[in-house]
Formats: sequence, structure tokens, C-alpha cells
Amino acid sequence: MSVTIKDVEHIAKLAKLEFSDAEKEKFTHQFNDILKYMEQLNSVDTTGVEPLAQVIELKNVFRDDTVKPSTPTEEALKNAPASSDVHFKVPKVIG
Amino acid sequence: MSVYDTYEAVIGLEVHAQLSTKTKIFCGCSTTFGNAPNSNVCPVCLGMPGVLPVLNKQVVEYAIRLGLATHCAISPTSVFARKNYFYPDLPKGYQISQYEEPICRHGFVDIDLEDGSTKRIGVTRIHMEEDAGKSIHDMDTDTLVDVNRCGTPLLEIVSEPDMRSAKEASQYLHSVWQTVKYLGICDGNMEEGSLRCDANISVRLKGETKLGTKAELKNMNSFRNVERAIEYEIKRQIDLIEEGGTVVQQTLLWNAEKNIAAPMRSKEEAHDYRYFPDPDLVPVVVDNAWIASAQKLIPELPKERRKRFVESFKLPAYDAGVLTQERELAEYFESAAGQLSKKNEENHKTVSNWIMTDVLRVMNDKKIAVADCPITPEHLGAMVNLIADGTISGKIAKEVFDDMLTTKEHPKAIVERKGLLQISDAGAIEKEIDLILAKFPNEMTRYRGGEVKLTGFFVGETMKVMKGKGNPKLINEILKKKLDG
Repeated sequence: MSVTIKDVEHIAKLAKLEFSDAEKEKFTHQFNDILKYMEQLNSVDTTGVEPLAQVIELKNVFRDDTVKPSTPTEEALKNAPASSDVHFKVPKVIG
Repeated sequence: MSVYDTYEAVIGLEVHAQLSTKTKIFCGCSTTFGNAPNSNVCPVCLGMPGVLPVLNKQVVEYAIRLGLATHCAISPTSVFARKNYFYPDLPKGYQISQYEEPICRHGFVDIDLEDGSTKRIGVTRIHMEEDAGKSIHDMDTDTLVDVNRCGTPLLEIVSEPDMRSAKEASQYLHSVWQTVKYLGICDGNMEEGSLRCDANISVRLKGETKLGTKAELKNMNSFRNVERAIEYEIKRQIDLIEEGGTVVQQTLLWNAEKNIAAPMRSKEEAHDYRYFPDPDLVPVVVDNAWIASAQKLIPELPKERRKRFVESFKLPAYDAGVLTQERELAEYFESAAGQLSKKNEENHKTVSNWIMTDVLRVMNDKKIAVADCPITPEHLGAMVNLIADGTISGKIAKEVFDDMLTTKEHPKAIVERKGLLQISDAGAIEKEIDLILAKFPNEMTRYRGGEVKLTGFFVGETMKVMKGKGNPKLINEILKKKLDG
């Protein structure tokens, strides 16, 4: 499997990032290098091994359904680049 | 035969049920609807870096109950996944959902068709996920975001594409709605968005086995809209194909004011969600003991209850259907019926009649829930007892009923206070009847000449002078004797 410049452009678009042609070229190489390095894993025989989603051997970590105090609105909005009294503000999504 | 009859629709529904937990799915913030914007938020649901979501156990419990009620297999192990997309009301940039290993799979819901038969609709899967926040586009020059709803627990119930008409789709939705309400896991309020429904719709010529290209319909926030929107979309697709066009895969939003479905402005690359297992959450393991304890908490569901109402109360199927619409109403009936001193078919039917006509009318007029009905089931049952034992007539009962609505008093107290006791003294009734007969000699002659329907007139007149309190059965008997004698 190899990554093309089209894949890089697609991933950039999904991540809402823009790159120059030179950067795209560079990332294409880097992505391919990473994948090639990872390909070593293909030499391991995984017949009969269940896919693993978690490396820690915990299961069923739960909370009780009890209300805890929330963050004050003022505090919650503090990091936002733009806000009104009680809302986060973002550029108009649909017009 | 119309051209529309040569086609069939293929419909699958995705239903989102907001769970009635006190807190969100991964944090302790309250899920109360309608609080001040951004007041039920914390670092977890705001998507701050470095926070750790912890699963609300009640969500798993509810998911298992719904799975069992829809005959699903409960997965021994299920995991959460991240569904990645950018939208301002999703602060983390991903929604935590379940993808490859949902908690429930392979169930079904039986729906009743108009011809009286039942049809089985497959449930592909039910999974747990978090809701997104709310974007407000029309309050400011910018878009405003309220994160309160973010992290509210949802169960998504995905059906097989087993429905063939808008009617079947709304029947299925109704059945799911009834089930979540009976289970008490969701309030089912479609207007407030507690139960939401998206439909995947395609059409094909009858006999064709390949599926047509589907369109997705969203934003149908009532049963009526679901039916109308799906009908509209089926017709649109058939018309398009008949005119030589092709259906393109797209998402349409139903506009209930204009009665049209318009294409939604597409979220760019919306279908590349790049799901992967969420490393912050550990697998959910459900063993048989847990399933067994959840099973015990499942109440009698509408279908079984309907059957029991017909069998043990000897109610007509129609009555049983109306009374079991909502669990609270079914319980109201059972409490009222429990008060009866004579638990027979006739009295059960009387209770049912009062609920179906008067109690439901009051609820509709006042727009209140069963629990808020001013007349308790105990009082309704006691009132039916008064009718059954001849203390009051059915006509007087209407007056007692209206009085109970405002005073909330026991029917017996009202009857005493207002002097509404039924007069069953044959002597007293006879005296009144003699006076009436003397007052209307002409009518009596006409009656004796063969106009027997004048009986009603005499009964009415007698009732009038007795202010509705005369025992109707006795009045009829004595009148008949006098008139025919």
C-alpha cells in the first residue's frame, strides 16, 4: 500500500488544513516511510488472534448516574476565541 | 392501475432515543432540558484536552433493557469508537459512538398492519452514543453554540430496510416509541427531540430484487411528519425515474411548513468518518447475570398487556388498544378497575368507557398527562361502583364527574353534598308518573293507539321532574305497567 499526494490532500481536507505543494510532497514521503516501517508487523502470524482495541486489561469502568456540579458558564467560555454572554460564537455555519 | 402501483418503496429507519438518565453519558453534568445555555457543561463534555470520559452505568442498563424488549442478542463485549467530523456543536471533533461492536444486534419489532396481520421488522443493531450540542444560526450574525446537550446519552436503533410504505414506517416508529416509553428509558417527546427519526428510502419496480439508490430524510419531528415526508419522497423518486432521471444519493431535510423535502447543504466529505476504537474507554462486558437482572426490570409491554386486557377484563380489542397506548393510562385503568366492588365484565367495560371518553377528553382539553388528571383512578372506580349499585344514575354520574374535576372530592362526598342520591323508592316514582300521565292525556291516548315510541317522552318528562335522580330502570318498569295496563 502506498500513499499518493491525493491521499494527503484528502486527509488535509478532512482535518481542515491547507498545505503548500512542497509540504504535500514532503508528507507523502513521510506517510509512506511510516507505513513501510509498520509493514514489518505483517510478518507476524496473527491467525486466530482477536483484534485488540485496548492494551489495558480493564473492563466495565462505570460511573453512577449522580449529578455533579458543572463548570460555571463564565468559566466554560473563558478559552473561547469568541463568545456572547452565554454562547460560544463561531463563524456563520449556514446562511 | 396507476404507475405508482408498479413500484415498491424500501424503507429503513434510524431512530435516536434520548435516555432519561439524570446525567450525561460520560460525565456528571445534568441532562435537564431547557436550562440556561452552557450551564450544564464541564471539561469532559466541552472536549477539553486531557480529560477522561467515564461511562454512566445506567446507559448500559437501559441499552440492555431495550435490546431485550426488541428481541436482540446482547453482545458479551462491546466497545466505543470515535466518529470523526468537524462541526461547531461537536467540540471534541469526534462523537463517541459504537461502530463495529454495538451492544445489541439482530432483533425485531412486530408491527400491526391495517388488515389485522402482523409484520416483523428487523432491528439490525442498537448502539450507545453521545448527542451533539446545539447550533443556533438565526440569533446573531455569527453562529451561536450551546453545549448543554453535548454528551446526552442516546440509543440509536437501526432497522433493516424491511418497510414498504410510509404507513409501515410510522407503525414501526410508533412501536419503538411505545416500547421506550413503557420501559421508562426515554420520555418519547418528539417535539423536544427526545425521539428523533431519520429514514433511508429507495424505490424499485415490484419484483426487482436489487435495491435502488437511497436518499436519507431527516428532520421529521412528529409521527404525522414521518408519514407525510416518506410519502412525499417515495412519490418524488418514482416521478423522477418515470421522467427518465436517476435518484442520487443525498440527504434531504423535511420542511413541515412547506411540506417539501429539500436537499441539505452537504457537510463536506461527510461520509469519511474514519471510525476507530476510543482508547479512553474500556470494553463493556455484559454477562448472563446482568442480562437476567435487566430482564426482571422489563415491565409488561404493550402487546402482552393488550392481550391480557382482552382476556382477563373481557374488554373489546379496541378498548384494550386505546387503554394500553401509554403505560400510565393502562395503569390508571387497572387501578380504577381494582376499586370495583363487583369485578365483572360489565363494570370493567363501564370503567373503560369513562376513561376512553371522559378522562381522555379532559387530558386532551387540559393538555395534561395521566398522572396529572384531577380525578384519581380510585375516585373513578368508586364512582363506577355508585353507578353499579344503583346509588346514582349514569346521567347523574356525569355531574359527579365534572364536580370531581374541580373539587377532587370523593364521589360519595359529592353525592351527599349535592343530594344526588338516586331515587329507587317505587312509591315515590309511581306518584310522579301518575302526575305526568295526568298532565299529558293526549300523548297517553296516542300511545295506546300504537305510538309506542312515546315511551321515551314519558321517561324524559318523569326524569325532568325528578331532576335526573329517578332510577331509570324502575321508571321504565312502572311506566310500562301504567301505560299498558
